[in-house]
Amino acid sequence: MRTVLDTGSIVTLSELPPRTPVIVESVEDRQPNDPVARRLRELGFVAGEPVQVVARGPFGGEPLLVQVGYTRFALRRIEAARVRVAAAGEAAA
Amino acid sequence: MSAQAEPLRLALLGNPNCGKTALFNQLTGSRQKVANYAGVTVERKEGRLVSPSGRSYALLDLPGAYSLNPASLDEAVTRDLCRGFYPGEAAPDVLVCVVDATNLRLHLRFVLEVRQMGKPMIVALNMSDAAARRGIAIDRAGLERELGVPVVETVAVRRNGARALLELIDRVAANPHPPAVQLPADADLHAETRRLLGATVSMPARTAKIDDALDRWLLHPFFGLATLAVVMFLIFQAVYAWATPVMDLIDAGTAALGEWVGSRMAEGPLASLLVDGIIAGLGGVIVFLPQILVLFAFILALEESGYLPRAAFLLDRMMAGAGLSGRSFIPLLSSFACAIPGIMATRSIQDPRDRLATILVAPLMTCSARLPVYALLIGAFIPSREVWGGFNLQGLVLFGLYMAGILSALAVSWVMKKWRRDKGEHPLMLELPSYRLPNPRDLLIGLWERALIFLKRVGGIIFALTVLLWVLLTFPAAPPDATLPAIDYSLAGRIGHALTAVFAPLGFNWQICIALIPGLAAREVAVSSLATVYALSAADDEAAAQALSPVISDGWSLATGLALLVWFIYAPQCIATWAAIKRETGSWKTMAMAAGYLFALAYLASMLTYQVAVRLGAG
Repeated sequence: MRTVLDTGSIVTLSELPPRTPVIVESVEDRQPNDPVARRLRELGFVAGEPVQVVARGPFGGEPLLVQVGYTRFALRRIEAARVRVAAAGEAAA
Repeated sequence: MSAQAEPLRLALLGNPNCGKTALFNQLTGSRQKVANYAGVTVERKEGRLVSPSGRSYALLDLPGAYSLNPASLDEAVTRDLCRGFYPGEAAPDVLVCVVDATNLRLHLRFVLEVRQMGKPMIVALNMSDAAARRGIAIDRAGLERELGVPVVETVAVRRNGARALLELIDRVAANPHPPAVQLPADADLHAETRRLLGATVSMPARTAKIDDALDRWLLHPFFGLATLAVVMFLIFQAVYAWATPVMDLIDAGTAALGEWVGSRMAEGPLASLLVDGIIAGLGGVIVFLPQILVLFAFILALEESGYLPRAAFLLDRMMAGAGLSGRSFIPLLSSFACAIPGIMATRSIQDPRDRLATILVAPLMTCSARLPVYALLIGAFIPSREVWGGFNLQGLVLFGLYMAGILSALAVSWVMKKWRRDKGEHPLMLELPSYRLPNPRDLLIGLWERALIFLKRVGGIIFALTVLLWVLLTFPAAPPDATLPAIDYSLAGRIGHALTAVFAPLGFNWQICIALIPGLAAREVAVSSLATVYALSAADDEAAAQALSPVISDGWSLATGLALLVWFIYAPQCIATWAAIKRETGSWKTMAMAAGYLFALAYLASMLTYQVAVRLGAG
């Protein structure tokens, strides 16, 4: 498992080890007008927002518990895979 | 001011679980259900509110929504109502946008989205006490200025916690005007939310420490699941252990009442109706009230605590494997109380296939109306003894019956998933709220209401059916040259005997067959019906006054008792549940499918149980 994010690398939320603070880069549409991506943006997954995975479900590491803003959401991995994130340090600049 | 012909219409809206319904109850004096998870309210509720100045308003409570772009049916209700698209209903005059003061990053964005509609609005900063406790400082006046709409602090769960809101409603209603600030239609609402937070809110930490600590344990892959199993298991042990003393009292009371009434009245149809019909029938059902209350005490406490969405988190993957979703967990848990609110609660499930699967298996969750039937049969056939160091065998069997219902539900939804060859994506995106300590006063009110609902059922439908059944069991009277007991000549007796042809492979005798029919209207009636049937067929009054449990444990074989227990795991559900399925899916076909598969499962599983038990020598 990857433990640290290299500077400059962008990964998706679903690949992230728990308790690694990162910054959202973007949410990708999987299909035109993707309702899941739209809802994720409404829930606060927008560029510049600090997020982290705080827990994983007991079966197959699903779902992920993701902290965004002051709220915690349970996301399936396929949902979290739409969220592209970068290491916390650089995006804050 | 002109005379008010129509009262001004106010609507409470906001993100899920921000306390709209608690505020609604506080403002209107109603007692709508509140709990600590997203999606408790799934349809509009209307109430009347009279402000201290004497003005009267119509207040709407809307389902929570993350956005006015709906992702589920309950969110669509909210959007349509606000915009005035809801059939037969005018758009509200003033919007009261409720926000959770501890969760402003999410909730303020929705406020901005609502503000874009350009309607007169008020923002209620709810749970301001919880925010203060966590050291969150909100500059109310600053927020009001920046937002361009009036902002007021509320504590919906405290008495008088909405007084400031009431005064503000009066002021706004006297002179409603659109928000003073308006962004262009394509503005970045997230950026504006951050700006507002930066300007008016200071927050020491993003989450409550207690939530972090609890989630570390309760969502732990091992300890989390272990805790969930222990909690569920304790509930069923408690249902037996705590309720028994009170139940014994009620049992003794009914028997004494029956004997007393019997001794005071002349023999005849009226005495028989009172003693055999009403007292034996209703007493047989009321005795289970304590168990139902113990079960509800646990369910209500869990709902208030915020634990249920955690359980949904833990079980999501497993449920997804079976063709359901973690979101199905709460509707299914509600179905332990009654399948009807459970089926309605599925409106918060976004995915239509997940929703349909949840609706179809909800009747397999053991509803509280089945508890009396289980309790009667377990009491009669399962010895009360300790096994495995301290567990009550009866409690274990009850737990097993509930588990059998759950496992069957998973199996059924898995088969449906395979059948559909469904490979599509089913979104979860479930919010996990902050933990809360359940308020004892609210718990007691909740229990009191459950007790009233149960007693109303006993006094209403169960009473009516019991009397009807007594009539069918008593008339026509036996001919003068009768050789068999009178009950065999009655209409119901004949029906019961005819049905045994169908149910003989299951080991059901004619008394059981009679009881199954009124059990379709309300499952508890199966118990009161058995009580009436046996009271009427008893040789003398003393035998009639006996409690039902020993009568059936002497009269039935163990195999029959077990087969009937299994029958009620699937029990072709009550008519009210069929109606709820028809209403929620809009399809007669779905309803017929649900009723059909449940009947088939009940028949097959019950027959299997009986035949196996007989082969093993329990016949």
